[in-house]
Amino acid sequence: MLTINNSSRRKFIKLSSLSAGGLMLSFKWSGAGAKTPEVFKPGAIEGDVVFNNYLNIATDGTITIFSPNPELGQNIKTSFPMVVAEELEADWKKVKVVQAALDNKFDRQVTGGSGAVPHSWMLLRKAGATAKYMLIAAGARRWGVPAAECHAADAFVVHKASGKKLGYGELAEEASKMPVPENVTLKDRKDFKIIGTAVRNVENKNITTGKPLFGLDFQREGMLIATIQRPPAFGTKIKSADIAAAKAMPGIVNVVQFKNNVAVVGKSTWQVLKAKKALKITYEKDGSVESTADHEQLFTTLMDSGKATVRRKDGNVDAAFKNAAKIIKAEYECPFIAHNPMEPMNFFAHVKEDSVELAGPSQTPAGARAAVSKLLNIPENKISLELTRLGGGFGRRLKFDYVTEAAEVSSLVKAPVKVIWTREDDMMGGSYRPAVRYRFEAALDASGTMIGYKLRGVGINAGNSTREDNFPSGAVDNLLIDSVEYESPITTGPWRAPITNFLAYAEQAFIDEVAHAAGKDPVQYRLDMLQKARTNPAGAIKYDIARMEGVIKLAAEKAGWGKKPGVHQGFSVYFSHRSYVAQVCEVAVEKGLPVVKKVFAASDCGQVINLTGAQQQVMGGIVDGFGHAMYSKLSFKDGASEQNNFGAYRLVRMKEIPEIEAYFVDNGIDPTGLGEPALPPTGGAVANAIFKATGKRLYKQPFIEQDVFKKA
Amino acid sequence: MAIFKLTVNGKEQQVDVDADTPLLWVLRDSLGLTGTKYACGIAQCGACTVHLNDVAVRSCMLPVSAVKAPVTTIEGLSENGDHPVQLAWDEVDVPQCGYCQAGQIMTAAALLKKKPHPSAEEIANTMHGNICRCGAYHRIREAVTLASTKM
Ligand code: FES
Ligand code: FES
Repeated sequence: MLTINNSSRRKFIKLSSLSAGGLMLSFKWSGAGAKTPEVFKPGAIEGDVVFNNYLNIATDGTITIFSPNPELGQNIKTSFPMVVAEELEADWKKVKVVQAALDNKFDRQVTGGSGAVPHSWMLLRKAGATAKYMLIAAGARRWGVPAAECHAADAFVVHKASGKKLGYGELAEEASKMPVPENVTLKDRKDFKIIGTAVRNVENKNITTGKPLFGLDFQREGMLIATIQRPPAFGTKIKSADIAAAKAMPGIVNVVQFKNNVAVVGKSTWQVLKAKKALKITYEKDGSVESTADHEQLFTTLMDSGKATVRRKDGNVDAAFKNAAKIIKAEYECPFIAHNPMEPMNFFAHVKEDSVELAGPSQTPAGARAAVSKLLNIPENKISLELTRLGGGFGRRLKFDYVTEAAEVSSLVKAPVKVIWTREDDMMGGSYRPAVRYRFEAALDASGTMIGYKLRGVGINAGNSTREDNFPSGAVDNLLIDSVEYESPITTGPWRAPITNFLAYAEQAFIDEVAHAAGKDPVQYRLDMLQKARTNPAGAIKYDIARMEGVIKLAAEKAGWGKKPGVHQGFSVYFSHRSYVAQVCEVAVEKGLPVVKKVFAASDCGQVINLTGAQQQVMGGIVDGFGHAMYSKLSFKDGASEQNNFGAYRLVRMKEIPEIEAYFVDNGIDPTGLGEPALPPTGGAVANAIFKATGKRLYKQPFIEQDVFKKA
Repeated sequence: MAIFKLTVNGKEQQVDVDADTPLLWVLRDSLGLTGTKYACGIAQCGACTVHLNDVAVRSCMLPVSAVKAPVTTIEGLSENGDHPVQLAWDEVDVPQCGYCQAGQIMTAAALLKKKPHPSAEEIANTMHGNICRCGAYHRIREAVTLASTKM
């Protein structure tokens, strides 16, 4: 239930009171001509009245909407307030958006799993609607008319019969004291004026003028900079560390060793980076030290002899394969990859006697705070955490290793410290998308219908590398899905669309192969399977057949599937994180090599909140999925990654991107998330289109290393 | 350490740093101009792009001792954030996380200064050097094209 806390009303807070734990950016550098960076702080407006956790209205009419979830480019800082403003009947031009700090009054300050909008949708609507009711009640009381005769429009309360109207600012003070309604009626979606339109990013001006928004830009008087030397190879530990030379370098304040790390702390970034190179550290073996060649061997061995955990079993697979008219078998493999958010890891920490101040970019600030509390044995209510904007996340900042590190260094050197990671630290520091090999087997009857299906995933620190309830589960009578897990010192973590970011490619490429072997059109083949799942399901169905059919048909229609002679098209559809996306990729052959030209995408993410933001998520997701499938890999030699920066590690660039057309299914259901779902289908659509163009299947990522991209 | 004199965004500045300090860290640490970003430090991504005499350069590998021309950073590209490239970036709604965008804008602005009406190919060739991890490339391209109509 919505909590309305009128006792904590912040009125008439002067700008001078900003220093209390806010995102305070102060500079006192000698010779600095820098402008003082802008400070955004809740309650900094004259006469600001608190309505609820999400909403203040000032007597001058300014509406401040707080966005509690971390912003990393998924556009939440714009789309959350749009929802509140819609129900409030606010004038969007008067809305000011503020990033809220970590606060227990919000129940899920997390960015991950494409879950923020689906989770908060109703809460945000109620926050806006409740305030609107209270404003209407205040206006009605002022005029001595029944509230039922009044309505709200464009930030005014209006009494139609008398023609009277009052602005929200004029009513704010009074309205906030009205009883909080237990039940409020939410708007009918046909009356939406803001939701579903294209509203530009509220932070555009600050971004395009270089304002200090990000964690790496965070400054604090007296703050030191720290860089950390971590073991360069997984499975090793410090044997000896000679820190004398580094400590003697100019600008260095302290050098401290903790766990397997050595932190160099000093006055400026360049000085600490230089001193880090002067450290003399030797390492020794502390576990298994692995190379990519070992992993290839492991995949082969474990695929047949590993201890598999059964994830789903329907019918009798052995019998189906024995009776099959045709059996198709294929293996697909994906390498480790790094998250590489554009802004490397960093965090600010100031550990004091009995309290801690933290600031920086995190997808899970509450988790970070809990971890720091545990590490330092300081209660959580003594730890504040300011959220900066995140220069990308992609799942990397769901982990908080870099936050606890900062707290640890600050407590050791007893000073406010910002720990910064270089790109090399970031790329060599682990938490990767795991490497996995899959084996698929399909049994077809004489008519080409799939009567048996087997999938085994062998993953390195991947956990369950399958998603056993995804399509085609439910559409095949006899099915066995299992996984073999191998534990390695090379650390892994969630990477945008965890597991499905590579599983989807493998599954969708394999279905294409099966359809081809059955002599069927791959789109029709999928539709037939969905029909079978509907009329005669095998086991539980955990996806929405109609929604999946909806995107398949829309993508096929928009791309002119099968109706473009000479154009090589590949198809893929995937359900992940509650949403459905189908894609058609088009490939041309130029100078003997396949070139990915275009991707059509049809997405069903429920109600679209912000059209321009939604398009960005789809286009960005496709570029991400395409780029990593095509170009990216991390390989290992003796426990260390062989690529450590954008030279050796290839990310997609402008001239390589396909054209994209993004469409949305409008089916009136509540939003189901869009930060991730557009990414998984892309690899499969691309691989299938390349097959159409060249007759060659792509079984391994990155595609660019496969034969079809090598000149004859 | 030594004293270096620089002109940054039209202002004379003096910094006391090691001669090999990259301009990027002089801007960010010594001058508090954090609009210019660090992302790779090896001249591979363009996040740190600034102008030297109106020409786009990567500040992450440029030692301060080698800086002999006036420097413009994203903070100084225009007085009120209304350079045609900045306006186009808003109109097309380019930024996702936004971290790469200062570098993208500086690269685009230098191109349009030299060549106000570049071809699509020239735009792609120039912007190819700047990585956007969020994959906002389509809109970056569209925004440069839009800005070129307003130069
Ligand atoms: S930070 Fe300079 S090019 Fe990447
Ligand atoms: S907008 Fe995030 S890196 Fe470009």
